[in-house]
Amino acid sequence: MQISINGRPRELDVDVDTPLLWALRDDLGLTGTKFGCGIAQCGACTVLIDGNPVRSCVTPVSALEGRDVVTIEAVSGPEAEAVQKAWVGLDVPQCGYCQSGQIMSAIGLLKIEPKPDDQAINDAMAGNICRCATYPKIRAAIHAAAKTLEG
Amino acid sequence: MNLHIPQLTAGPITSRRNVLKGFGGLLLATYVPMQGFAQEAGAQKPAALTPNAFVRIGRDDTVTILSKHIEFGQGPWTGLATLVAEELDADWSQIRVEHAPGDAKLYANLAMGAQLTGGSTAIANSYEQMRRTGAAARAMLVAAAADAWKVPAGEIRVSKGVISHASGKSSGFGAFAEAAARMPIPQDVKLKDPSTFTLIGTDLPKPDSFAKSHGQAQFTIDLRDPDMVVALVARPDKFGARATSFDDSAARAVKGYLRSAIVPQGVVVFAKATYPAMKARAALKIEWDESKAHALGTQAIVADYRELAKKPGKVAEARGTPLDKISAGGARVVEHEFVFPYLAHAPMETLDAVVKFDGKTAACHFGSQGPTIDQAAIATTLGIAPENVSIDVALAGGSFGRRATAGGDFAAEAAACAKAFGENVPVKLLWTREDDLRGGFYRPLYVHRMRGTVEQDGSISAWHHTIVGQSIMGGTPFEKMMVKDGIDTTSVEGASDMPYRVSDFQCDLHSPTLGVPVLWWRSVGHTHTGFAVEAFLDMLLEKAGKDPIEGRLALLDPKAREVGVLQAVAKLAQWRGRKAGDRGYGVAVHKSFDTYVAQIAEVMRGDDGAPKVTHVWCAVDCGVAVNPNIIRAQMEGGIGFGLGHALFASLDLDDSGKVVQTNFDTYRALRIGDMPKVHVVILPSGEKPTGVGEPGVPPIGPAVANAWRALTGEAVAQLPFVRGGTA
Amino acid sequence: MISRIILATAVAATSALAMGSFAQGQQDAAKASGDLRPASSFTSIGDPTQRSLALFEEAGKVIAHPRCVNCHPASDRPLQGNAMKPHQPPVVRGAANMGAPGLQCTTCHGEKNTPLVTTSIRSVPGHPQWHLAPIEMAWEGKSLGQICEQIKDPARNGGKDLAALHEHMAHDSLVGWGWTPGDGRDPAPGTQAVFGEIIKAWIATGAVCPKG
Repeated sequence: MQISINGRPRELDVDVDTPLLWALRDDLGLTGTKFGCGIAQCGACTVLIDGNPVRSCVTPVSALEGRDVVTIEAVSGPEAEAVQKAWVGLDVPQCGYCQSGQIMSAIGLLKIEPKPDDQAINDAMAGNICRCATYPKIRAAIHAAAKTLEG
Repeated sequence: MNLHIPQLTAGPITSRRNVLKGFGGLLLATYVPMQGFAQEAGAQKPAALTPNAFVRIGRDDTVTILSKHIEFGQGPWTGLATLVAEELDADWSQIRVEHAPGDAKLYANLAMGAQLTGGSTAIANSYEQMRRTGAAARAMLVAAAADAWKVPAGEIRVSKGVISHASGKSSGFGAFAEAAARMPIPQDVKLKDPSTFTLIGTDLPKPDSFAKSHGQAQFTIDLRDPDMVVALVARPDKFGARATSFDDSAARAVKGYLRSAIVPQGVVVFAKATYPAMKARAALKIEWDESKAHALGTQAIVADYRELAKKPGKVAEARGTPLDKISAGGARVVEHEFVFPYLAHAPMETLDAVVKFDGKTAACHFGSQGPTIDQAAIATTLGIAPENVSIDVALAGGSFGRRATAGGDFAAEAAACAKAFGENVPVKLLWTREDDLRGGFYRPLYVHRMRGTVEQDGSISAWHHTIVGQSIMGGTPFEKMMVKDGIDTTSVEGASDMPYRVSDFQCDLHSPTLGVPVLWWRSVGHTHTGFAVEAFLDMLLEKAGKDPIEGRLALLDPKAREVGVLQAVAKLAQWRGRKAGDRGYGVAVHKSFDTYVAQIAEVMRGDDGAPKVTHVWCAVDCGVAVNPNIIRAQMEGGIGFGLGHALFASLDLDDSGKVVQTNFDTYRALRIGDMPKVHVVILPSGEKPTGVGEPGVPPIGPAVANAWRALTGEAVAQLPFVRGGTA
Repeated sequence: MISRIILATAVAATSALAMGSFAQGQQDAAKASGDLRPASSFTSIGDPTQRSLALFEEAGKVIAHPRCVNCHPASDRPLQGNAMKPHQPPVVRGAANMGAPGLQCTTCHGEKNTPLVTTSIRSVPGHPQWHLAPIEMAWEGKSLGQICEQIKDPARNGGKDLAALHEHMAHDSLVGWGWTPGDGRDPAPGTQAVFGEIIKAWIATGAVCPKG
């Protein structure tokens, strides 16, 4: 089947029940999107579908007909730039494994809510687990990115 | 700007160990000649200078540090590079970091004699070694420049990556890389006076942040190869059960499924990709032999341990006659019991490893925390010599202790899978989250029984501490070193040597044996001893009518380093007592791995009735602060890790011995909304640096317990605070 | 027969007993409810008021079922599972009852139930309109009588008259999800058709509400 990944159509030779996560990682070599739990509890597998954060580990490729998937490898735009710059500038990552998902969720938040307060950050990021507990820096980086977007 | 993109070690499955083989005889224990590296690495990169096993200087002026410690979040890449760069007088923007491959001769942890990351030793054991390495490389560059410029070496200056001479001559490192490589390796180098440090003690950007923020960092799970086979192991429900037979007729319908085989850990399923392996595994029918399996539930274990705790165990430390005093103590006796659950490490990247076995040699690539152990485990499994096992160390998505086991458990399992597959292709073993949480190697379950006496004058006259729990070190190769006279030091560390001056004292230990595999877990024994000591002491001080800070200070030797962090944290938090309005305040101080940490927690009752921790103040004394930003981050991370488990986490066994919590829906992790605001102060110190990866963990649990008791009057008897998975 | 529904609203902090009696009672009720009696089996009750009451109590087996109550929470957080515990991850309803900016229902819930190959959770529930009932339609913690009054009140039922209410109960496909909730989840008792008939008969008999 064919799906749109990072702006171009990609042919997939997998069973239609295959979660997008494994199609991305194993079949397309896009390994920036991570496996953490497989049941949409940790958020490490977050991608943007039609601009909104989605857990790719519970999204079968059969659900992607006509939809547009963007992964950490190709995410772009002012929110993405601001978020990733803040993430590097504040040295958010520790082990780094969950950070692709954290970043995709943060971008998704800022696209809808460009100036989130602490509660909005808590609500948006509640689905992303970081076992290193980099949460204070994640919060600071989202605020910093919002400031950048403000111009 | 890509200055901080590290040269990541992932990629096609090749072994850098072969590169190292080129060295042949070593001139020095740690320093090796560089030509071997230059030949191999030179194929694609500019001829690299490798003044020793730890530093490569490229013609492009880049300086690549080989980290003998694995980076899984605690910052050794930055730390070791800082030490080298400081003495090398490199500019930080030149610095790249890679993992050193598995080779104990070159890359041993000097505190352990094996290549192993743990015990918060990365900076402590490398402080001199990495600085000497940088100084030696600098001297060789200077010697090469002196030769070329025909000036005395003593007149050459090096600063921020630039070699210069008063005559006006000036150069980057790259131009002298090859010439420097031919210089004799200095054996006696002078290190900088700490007052002249320019990098150590400053906040340097981390070399791995960019890649980790752009999906470019490669972890074991990210390794790909056209011939790669994915292996998942179907595991028994109970520890100690073994697979006797399997039926894969349903699995054969799964596209991409290859075959299955019995391995010691269960039944391994091979497939061309991960999802087919998962589907095929779910379709297997397996017969298990549970005759030797562990079949005791948490409730029964706790009941047994409580019974045991009523009697003193093997004495770890004793002075005076505490038991007599307590027997005669009457109303002056305070007694309390703490129950600590099994805990899983649950690093975000589940366990995984890639092994390629050609029948004679094994090329392995994974986040190996203890390459020396893993090499031995893989070699034993495959029936080959350890020197025929190469390990390229990959970044790992967290560990918290899990990636190092005494027997190299998952490394051996990966080798067993590769052997079972029987073809010379890379086999990638992957654990799912359910495998991880059901897979054992937990922080042991403990029961602590505490008794103490408080005299009329408020003094604490006797202290009796009985600990019950499985030994982590018993039955492992570490037993000889770590278990003395029946006492596993990791069961009592932080309790038998608690810093408070109580005249009559006893700490004793029961170490029952159970079939549940256990393991060190971020801060090891201190995870429970620190809690028991600090929460119980707080109860005694309350009975004595003493302020928690003043009371602790009065019990400490005035020269103890606990005093400094206690005073610093009280000042930082503007300590005014245990309660103010709807907020409770609790303090705890604990030394682990020679680092001293005091924390004060501010706690409210949350909407759900559970403790809501709003602020944590933290003071840390870890000697010289090499990377203050990483120290702060590790305190924050340690607090979050300790807090999440104290509040929410329990790994329980049902009455038949099966694990109850199998994913993050029930093994609840701290989330962003649970994270308090954290304020950290680092004490200035000229002492040798000590670790920070673990010591932030122990104080937070008791600080919260003490704050909760101050607020509500309830003394916590069982962790976690919130049971039942969700609240 | 369920005459009063009390649902757990919070799990207290320090005790394993916390989720004790409240949620447990609800779970037992759900398990015991078994099948749903058809509306026709109530015709033997001659008194229309009594029949209406009996019909609504029968409908209560569905209304009080975790499949329904979990998405009619009294707080901003949905419930989850047969034990009706607060949803993990800790999501919030958001302005449109569809989650918070950045973590909407659709972040995890697709248009269909998604079977998983894991052993911890067998499927993730899904529906094209997956969302929470508005807060004024909260059922969690209320008695069946209170819920009854509430669902008849246009101010608290989305402006529906009784006919529209029947239409919602009998034919809304998100309501219908309660009978096809995916692997690992107990469906609501009976079928949506039988449930619709019960509601229809209840309305026809005067839509009488239990007291209290």
